[in-house]
Amino acid sequence: MNSIIKYLKGISQGLNTLWSGMKVTGYYFFNARKEIITVQYPDNKDTLKIPERFRGRVIMVHDQNNEHACNGCTMCEMACPNGSIKVITDKVLDPNTGKSVRIIDQHVYYFSMCTLCNLCVQACPSDALAMDGSYENAVFNREELTFVLNLPGSKIRDNVKD
Amino acid sequence: MQAELISKEGTQEYFVNMGPQHPSTHGVLRLLLTLDGEIIRKVEPHIGYVHRSIEKMAEFDTYKQIVHLTDRLDYLSAHMNNEAVALLVENALQIEVSDRVKVIRTIMNELTRLGSHQLWWGVIGMDMGAITTFLYAFRDRELINDIMEETTGARLTMNYNTPGGLMFDLHHNFQKQVKDYLKFFKTKLPEYDQLLSGNVIFTERTKGVGKLSLADAISYGVTGPSGRASGFSCDVRKTQPYSAYDRVKFNEILMVEGDSFARYQSRVNEMWESISIIEQLIDNIPEGPIMAPMKAVVKLPKGEFYQRVETARGEFGVYVVSDGNKTPYRVKFRSPGFSNLSVLDHISRGHKIADLVAIMSTLDLVIPDIDR
Amino acid sequence: MNAIYDFSILTAWIHQWLSGLMEPTAVMITEMVIIGTILILFVAAMGLVLVLAERKVAAFFQLRLGPNRVGPWGILQTLADFLKLLTKELITTKSADKFLYNLAPFIVMITPFLALGVIPFAPGLQIMDLNIGVFFITAVSSMGVLGILIGGWASNNKYSLIGGMRSAAMVVSYELSVTLAIMTMVILTGTLSMSEIVNSQADGWWIIKGHIPALIAFIIYLIASTAETNRGPFDLAEAESELTAGFHTEYGGIKFAFFFLSEFVNMLIVSSIATVIFFGGWMPFHLPFEWATGFNHIMDFIPGIVWGFGKVTFIIFLMMWFRWTFPRLRIDQILNLEWKYLLPMNLINFLLMSLIALTGFYL
Repeated sequence: MNSIIKYLKGISQGLNTLWSGMKVTGYYFFNARKEIITVQYPDNKDTLKIPERFRGRVIMVHDQNNEHACNGCTMCEMACPNGSIKVITDKVLDPNTGKSVRIIDQHVYYFSMCTLCNLCVQACPSDALAMDGSYENAVFNREELTFVLNLPGSKIRDNVKD
Repeated sequence: MQAELISKEGTQEYFVNMGPQHPSTHGVLRLLLTLDGEIIRKVEPHIGYVHRSIEKMAEFDTYKQIVHLTDRLDYLSAHMNNEAVALLVENALQIEVSDRVKVIRTIMNELTRLGSHQLWWGVIGMDMGAITTFLYAFRDRELINDIMEETTGARLTMNYNTPGGLMFDLHHNFQKQVKDYLKFFKTKLPEYDQLLSGNVIFTERTKGVGKLSLADAISYGVTGPSGRASGFSCDVRKTQPYSAYDRVKFNEILMVEGDSFARYQSRVNEMWESISIIEQLIDNIPEGPIMAPMKAVVKLPKGEFYQRVETARGEFGVYVVSDGNKTPYRVKFRSPGFSNLSVLDHISRGHKIADLVAIMSTLDLVIPDIDR
Repeated sequence: MNAIYDFSILTAWIHQWLSGLMEPTAVMITEMVIIGTILILFVAAMGLVLVLAERKVAAFFQLRLGPNRVGPWGILQTLADFLKLLTKELITTKSADKFLYNLAPFIVMITPFLALGVIPFAPGLQIMDLNIGVFFITAVSSMGVLGILIGGWASNNKYSLIGGMRSAAMVVSYELSVTLAIMTMVILTGTLSMSEIVNSQADGWWIIKGHIPALIAFIIYLIASTAETNRGPFDLAEAESELTAGFHTEYGGIKFAFFFLSEFVNMLIVSSIATVIFFGGWMPFHLPFEWATGFNHIMDFIPGIVWGFGKVTFIIFLMMWFRWTFPRLRIDQILNLEWKYLLPMNLINFLLMSLIALTGFYL
């Protein structure tokens, strides 16, 4: 007799636990309208909020006069763990002082190798580099992943600390 | 060869390749199964499909740069892995980081642990055939990722710790967000129990399956929740407290059964502990600098260093041999996943294929962590 | 019963019209062709609708939106998927048993067609009223597993073979429970004809009239039939996380679609049988009491076809609810459930029901 009671008890307990699981899913089914969590991605692009610290890709900050703060010290190049930054510098004669000054010719950034570790931005002494919030970075051609970060025609801002 | 495969009952054993592409190996793990009908006679894990030679790469990186490589080991406990390297350098150079850094690191650790366990919970449900759990777990985990993203700038490979401190200060929303989240998640965690822990099908599938004895857990080096489910008290947070773990009260979840269900329970209970740890710290984050004064070029003194931390999967260790240069001479990561995988063959023999899936899920393997 | 909702008027009219045009043999052949075409279209349409419904229901359980891009609310999604599957290349693996490999999808597809033949969906909407309808359906519905077994074996893939074997072991045992649960109700109805079973519930559904044994029989039937259709917590034959896709691992394109479709149509059939036997088929909801005459009259105004499909939808929803909530069972647990729980309960239930039928205790 005892075993029969145990048997029936087992069945009822089992059904009970199943029902408690069904209650949870059932609640979400019947409240689907307010509980749905997925977003419709390309449609919500306008309202998508990207945090300001989001690490999308490295950019060089330019102001409205098309001036940047990079003096070509190559700290970022040394800080980069996977060699995705190559700074090509040039020497020009400063017309005011008559001394030869180092400027950047091209700040090349190989995005295909970048792990977005933020070390270059941290290493930069003059805050010339930053991370932007771009997130759609897929391209069809590998060459398109190589960027020159200083914009054409840009020049170094005055009084950038070395 | 053929003769060996024929068992006493006259049935013939056969091989099945489970993986590298298989829904339940969660990545590219290949298991060579020797089966007798549905019964597993032998499991032979073949690893190395995502080997990226991270240990070798680390030999060419400075100590600041090594940190970001550890993100890519066990990507679900990226923050704890980062901290291991950071702590190693700090201890080697005897740098004292501020209390603020310690507390933030601890909070971040526990958030990561929560996220990792949530993902694991969703995946175990999916492996068992209850696909809905996966989406519920992701609902909860996404919010943690959002909090992380706001402060650290990344969702998965955070690279937030750096030798000497942290990369950024906390986002001004952080405390409020975390408190809101914990309030939300405390209402959702009981649902986990209703859906799986209490479910008669789930308990039947996991109880008594893949029993790992305490002696085996110790000899195989199974750590983390999997080891603690067998009664192996191996929580580094308790045995060698680092960061702010010495100032919070929490229980080390210890079980004695050692089966899949115990491993499951130990993780679910650990989520409660993580919540309590965060709650103890979130309201009183001390003020202080987020970065201890460091030299621009970090050079470790000559010698050998080892630092271990408790990740979501177990004990993660970093072993560094330094010859005094700015890059290490040799780096070895002791990843919890590798040791936990090694026990798979031992505990899954004699079980069915369906049990193997349950055992693998409850061991909570992350393949990049195993292969490195 | 409102006569305006009776489909037999329509069918009789068509029959008369055709008889006026041609001789009796030609009429019969024409009618068969018409019915065959309608059946194929019905199965295809139901397949598409049910796949979409499953995806939508699953989405709502899982806090998602589900298909919503193709057409309004994604209603054309399954049609697009079907077209995609139709245009895919048919691949036969090199070491497969070609004949059996190609035969298997047809076997699983034929079964639902046969079973659909005797199910009354609405008054007069029944292809053939066999006097042994219940017997015919139980006989036919167990044939589908042959296709699964053949498909699993002929693929020459170990995963497929394990899946096929699991399915065979499962269906062989659960067939017993399904049949016994139906038999429990047949004791009450005293007939095997589907339409007579429906008519016997004009004053109230058997699940209400048959007391607790009917309820137990219904629960057992629901569990066993879920297992028989390889769904929900019993989807061992597919067992995605264990056997990748089980018996249809090696199938692609339209052959896979056949397996896929048959699962959904089988679900429709088992729900229809449950509807007919436990919920009175197309019969409106009637209470077997004197005072409820007014209520019964109001219920009569809802067409039988709405009742029929409404109840089928409800049972299908229940099965989807199971599927998206429960973890999968292990093969030995499934067999335990059948032989240690469902079968003994079923036999005792059978006995109880016989007592009820003998004493005339039912309402």
